[in-house]
Amino acid sequence: MNINRRNFLKIVSVGGVVGIATKMTFDAISDTGNVKLHDGRLEAKRWAMVIDVRKCEQQSDCKVCIEACHKAHNVPNIKNPKDEIKWIWKDKFHNAFITQENEHLPRNMNHKNVLLLCNHCSNPPCTNVCPTKATWKREEDGIVMMDWHRCIGCRYCVAACPYGSRSFNWMDPRPFMNDITEDFPTRTKGVVEKCTFCDERLVRGMLPACVEACPVKALTFGDLDNPESEVRKLLQENFSIRRKPELGTKPEVYYLV
Amino acid sequence: MYDAPKVILGIIVFLLLFTSPLWINIFGGQSSVKPDIQLPKDSKECVYPTEYMKTNHMDLLNEWRDKVVRENERFLVKNGRFVDFNGKKMEMSLSHTCMKCHNNKSQFCDQCHNYLAVNPYCWDCHVAPKEVLK
Repeated sequence: MNINRRNFLKIVSVGGVVGIATKMTFDAISDTGNVKLHDGRLEAKRWAMVIDVRKCEQQSDCKVCIEACHKAHNVPNIKNPKDEIKWIWKDKFHNAFITQENEHLPRNMNHKNVLLLCNHCSNPPCTNVCPTKATWKREEDGIVMMDWHRCIGCRYCVAACPYGSRSFNWMDPRPFMNDITEDFPTRTKGVVEKCTFCDERLVRGMLPACVEACPVKALTFGDLDNPESEVRKLLQENFSIRRKPELGTKPEVYYLV
Repeated sequence: MYDAPKVILGIIVFLLLFTSPLWINIFGGQSSVKPDIQLPKDSKECVYPTEYMKTNHMDLLNEWRDKVVRENERFLVKNGRFVDFNGKKMEMSLSHTCMKCHNNKSQFCDQCHNYLAVNPYCWDCHVAPKEVLK
């Protein structure tokens, strides 16, 4: 086939226009700096959360995010701490950051409540020990996932997690739910569960339930790999800490204190 | 053998009684229990043809489960495009797709499963839609 200069230019320009149009349809940047794909899902290279303890702590008894999460995911309300199931919870600063060894912290710091959840570590110890790959780190966005179909209840991951983020169902959880959310499964006896950064909401273009529920916007969720994202801006502008970073797990939940 | 006629008669009566369900089934015309499936009234079409679904729905559900949970593909793609379901993209989901039409577990799923004495554990975790009591 002979291509003269005129036809060559035509082909190249048409190709360029098609390319740009495709790119535009595929990536529409939403207002939070999170990338929304053409099929409506939120996508990131590395999901991370920034928790502003200063804002959160002002509402020291607030449990809106915890209730929203536990309602959305059918987390049972078991009172006995030996059997309790939790995806997101609050604990005192000195329990959450036990390796913060500085003396003379600001007044009341140790008694402040800190919001805790699965850290979705970049180097998660829990996934390495799972014998059935029921929990694994999703390479495309860094979420430490759970496949409850596959969990055999060996609890190696519970032992491996240095943050206590995993709970084991010692009994059938259904009797401990007041109101079951039909959209989400419950778990069954003998299965480990934890926060999954609301993967089922991200795929529908929604932010995690806790982030959306927070009345003071203390939780920020976004792509750590994107310099324009809100989480990166917060980490640029504020000094942040993470839980037990010395273990090398590279937790991806950051705290502004 | 002492009392041979009585013993043999006894054995015959026992065998007849023991195998009576078979004879009743063969000569009585029909089995007593049959699955009585109620198909959804509002929707006419399933994800795949009925014949395929009858024999392969369990494989399809396993395939969907792996795609959704492990490969992060939520929505059904046919011929390179998303399938429309009531104006939305069709999800590969037992609760969000199958049970939206077949919204009565006891009149649909349980009918055959009970008949065949299979006990799938889907509902140990997945929540069946609330059924309206008649």
